[in-house]
Amino acid sequence: MSLTPFKVPIVPELRKSTILSLLAKGLRTSERDLVTPRIVKVKTGVIERAEGSAQVELGNTKVLVGVKTDVGAPFRDTPDEGVITVNAELVPLASPLFEPGPPDENAIELARVIDRSIRETNAVDRKSLAIIPGSKVWVIHVDIYVLDHDGNLFDASMLATMAALMNTMLPDYEELETGEIILDRSKKTTPLKINKKVLTVNIAKIGDYLVVDPDLDEETVADTRIVVAYDEEGNIVGIQKSGPGAMSREEVLKAVDIGREAVKIYFKSLEEATGRAE
Amino acid sequence: MAQRTIVTPGDKLPGDVEAKEPYVVEINGVKVATTIGLLDTSGEKPVYIPLQSIYVPKKGDVVIGLVQSVGVVNWTLDINSPYNGVLPASDFLGRPYNPATDDLSQYLQVGDYVKVKIVAFDRTRNPLLTVQDKGLGKIVDGKILEVQPSKIPRIIGKKRSMLEMLKKETGCEIFVAVNGRIHVKCPDEDRETILILAIKMIERQAHTTGLTARVQGYIEELKKVKGVE
Amino acid sequence: MGKAVGVKLIDEYGRRHDGRLPDQMRPVRMRINVLENADGSALVEYGRTRILAAVYGPREPVQKFMALPDRALLRVRYHMAPFSTEERKSPAPSRREIELSKVIREAFEDIILVKYFPRTAIDIFLEVLQADGGTRTAAVTAASLALANAGIPMKALVAGVAVGKIEGQLVLDVDEIEDGSGEADMPVAYAPDIEKITLFQLNGVLTREELEKGLDMALSAIRELVELEKRTLKEEYVSTEEV
Repeated sequence: MSLTPFKVPIVPELRKSTILSLLAKGLRTSERDLVTPRIVKVKTGVIERAEGSAQVELGNTKVLVGVKTDVGAPFRDTPDEGVITVNAELVPLASPLFEPGPPDENAIELARVIDRSIRETNAVDRKSLAIIPGSKVWVIHVDIYVLDHDGNLFDASMLATMAALMNTMLPDYEELETGEIILDRSKKTTPLKINKKVLTVNIAKIGDYLVVDPDLDEETVADTRIVVAYDEEGNIVGIQKSGPGAMSREEVLKAVDIGREAVKIYFKSLEEATGRAE
Repeated sequence: MAQRTIVTPGDKLPGDVEAKEPYVVEINGVKVATTIGLLDTSGEKPVYIPLQSIYVPKKGDVVIGLVQSVGVVNWTLDINSPYNGVLPASDFLGRPYNPATDDLSQYLQVGDYVKVKIVAFDRTRNPLLTVQDKGLGKIVDGKILEVQPSKIPRIIGKKRSMLEMLKKETGCEIFVAVNGRIHVKCPDEDRETILILAIKMIERQAHTTGLTARVQGYIEELKKVKGVE
Repeated sequence: MGKAVGVKLIDEYGRRHDGRLPDQMRPVRMRINVLENADGSALVEYGRTRILAAVYGPREPVQKFMALPDRALLRVRYHMAPFSTEERKSPAPSRREIELSKVIREAFEDIILVKYFPRTAIDIFLEVLQADGGTRTAAVTAASLALANAGIPMKALVAGVAVGKIEGQLVLDVDEIEDGSGEADMPVAYAPDIEKITLFQLNGVLTREELEKGLDMALSAIRELVELEKRTLKEEYVSTEEV
């Protein structure tokens, strides 16, 4: 069951009119133009115990992603492929809006949008994750941890997920005669095979304006948002209209084009942080 | 026939159409229907009549409420509206009231129908009800019929013509409340059945013309079949 | 689920596995007023996909603390019946159903005139009785009809359809077999009278050109679906018109 949110951040009317009058001049409260994201910082390998990890700061939004790996059974319809799961936690310490408890619809939507972007593009080479085809495969758990919420959890989480996957090293293992797999997590030597890099751009519609990477105030006053995933070739690899409100055909297409330019900034940050030029 | 057309949500209406919000709203300077309705262009000005509507309480309306719960100091009444009505105990009893000694369920119980008037309503609090006026109070006999609130004007008819005809032809006492509830008291069961069938016909054909005459013909036919004078 | 391995989904004449052309819908059926208790209801079929929608309200919210002071609260539940799929679906809400309930609710937040009914709740219950692809978009169509049937004021009618990409071609209204082996699936909901897209998702890969072409395919199909919605609503009254 999905309900109209009854607990929403209050944006003072004065702030709202400031946002709108600045947009009319092509400016934002965070001192940037409409099509540029906030300052992005990507750090990888921040959790030593995880097989892969990354922390992303997008303005004041902070997201931590950890990747853990296990050995498990493949899905019946893909016996020679590994399994990837994506889960998102809107941790209560990140915002007065977040409550303890199982993931709500916002957390589930966030995780599923990111999951689809990497799944549909085969971003992680799932075939390389088969250990004994048909019975034993790698299970890759991606856990998104939102630490500080100042808007646009989509882009920050996607960027952190991609960086963490690129940072992931699979543990060594030994295959016993019984077919059992014994992991040695003290030695991690095999990098996870990445086929494709995928990132999203979140574009908010505020009045007649389309703005890239909305902060929390902008998200709160926005009519609606569209999150578009791209690969490095500029293909569109996923879309989610998120939030109430609607867009015209022209606005949707314009947003897709604006995002296609903006995503280059994110890709550059990703490349700098991971140093894996492919 | 071209003078009466059925319109659906999103259909554009003439700029000078007579209608009430929220059944017609203006979007980008154009009047738009928001519910299924009838656009009547036979008069001087086009008129929009909703065929579906939701009863929103209005001060002064007399409605029939159904007791939903008995509280300590008041009753909550379902008035066939998004907003439940509140009937204070002191109003119903007509005297100061002591929650320590009086038990409200002695007077009105869950499931009772009450004829009430709306004293105040502003959408921020639930409508306040009263029985302190002529003809108001608990309904003790007869039957309550429910129809779409949008059909009520048709059941009453122009200058009460439909209602008077129904009363005359069936010999029943009929009270029509704006919230879509009708209280009927008939001399016998046959007449009650005839009246109910007639009201159902009006509800079904509310958007058509020449209805009063057709309903009258239908009642006469039913009376013949049932052998009612 | 419905993976057709080695089966050609588009033949040499451009026909799909069920004989449809790329821009052809499955047979669509719409009915309203199908339930007695609900304030409004509708049954919508896109081929074998069958959705039952019920609308209750505006009414007092079950939990009063949820009431909003300046508008009605919307509650949407998209739910699949356990018998609607090839393998039984657990009746407990899945993550997919939770997400779809959210995007469908958001498709109506700006359509229903919620500000006229403060402190009330409007409930939209959507049951997938049989699933054969396109359930969320058929559910939007069913919800639109049920809302109109309930007399809830709305800016415009809405309908939905999904465009897919199979074997390199864009096709309208994908069914489960096509979706299972397709390269992309793009569900769209649109209100033609106000020219607004209210639900938009893409799973899969499309070029910028394909995206625009696919979107236009969906919008033109939706214009026809909304026309059918209007006819369906009117017929309810026309059938009792005097002769």
